[in-house]
Amino acid sequence: MRWVLVAAMVIATVAADLLQSHEMKRAGEQSVSARGLARLLHVIARRRLLILGIACNAVSFLTFMALVQTEPLSFAVPASSSSFVLETLLAKFVLHERIGARRAAGALAVLAGVVLVGS
Amino acid sequence: MTNLARSSSAVLKTYSVLLFFLALKAAGNSSMAWGMKQVPERMSMNPALYLRAMLNPFVAMGVAALILALLTRMALLSLADLSFVLPVTAIGYVIAVFLGKVFLHETVTRQRWLGTLLIFAGAALVGSTSPDTTPIDITPAAEGPK
Repeated sequence: MRWVLVAAMVIATVAADLLQSHEMKRAGEQSVSARGLARLLHVIARRRLLILGIACNAVSFLTFMALVQTEPLSFAVPASSSSFVLETLLAKFVLHERIGARRAAGALAVLAGVVLVGS
Repeated sequence: MTNLARSSSAVLKTYSVLLFFLALKAAGNSSMAWGMKQVPERMSMNPALYLRAMLNPFVAMGVAALILALLTRMALLSLADLSFVLPVTAIGYVIAVFLGKVFLHETVTRQRWLGTLLIFAGAALVGSTSPDTTPIDITPAAEGPK
């Protein structure tokens, strides 16, 4: 059961992040002051794909909530990071981000670390 | 490429938003994990159970902090690449392990501390790259209706 939850969580997380990254880059720079957050809510209300991204986040969050009830936080949190590899590849090929050697090496170190923390 | 002065202040802004996100996420996760352990029912596909779980004040506070964290992360994604945001926000896992040990009394093995060290090093390496490599600055005026 816990791996079904992990799979659902990963798919939802990847969809949420791709949609949100794509939409937020198009929306322009945002801030987190009270005014900035109000403006951000306004941006969200106007963008359907962003709302879809947030819905995916909700699915990801609810599966995470179910997972932490039965599993320790130290399993649930690293398990949720299996989306990491998939998302980094999609960031390069779908979002056209430039991932140089240093960023790739850093991402791999983080991934190895997350796996070690989780197992 | 944008000019140097503008990009260095943008990097500073990116890091402040990142710190704010990490604080919210750590507080939210810990509060929710603590609260969920006090909720007797197993979660299932039934949404009513989730709503009832939110009657627990720790779960409710956790959810509020995590919603604010979500908005903050969206602001972060407007400032930086997804392939930058993912590794640097992994510092959150380090904080989760630390808080799990201190407040929830979870055991932290030597292997887990090694993983923590790798996450730190990797995040620092990614953090030293330019946060935004897709500078297609689309102004609202230049953009067509969606």
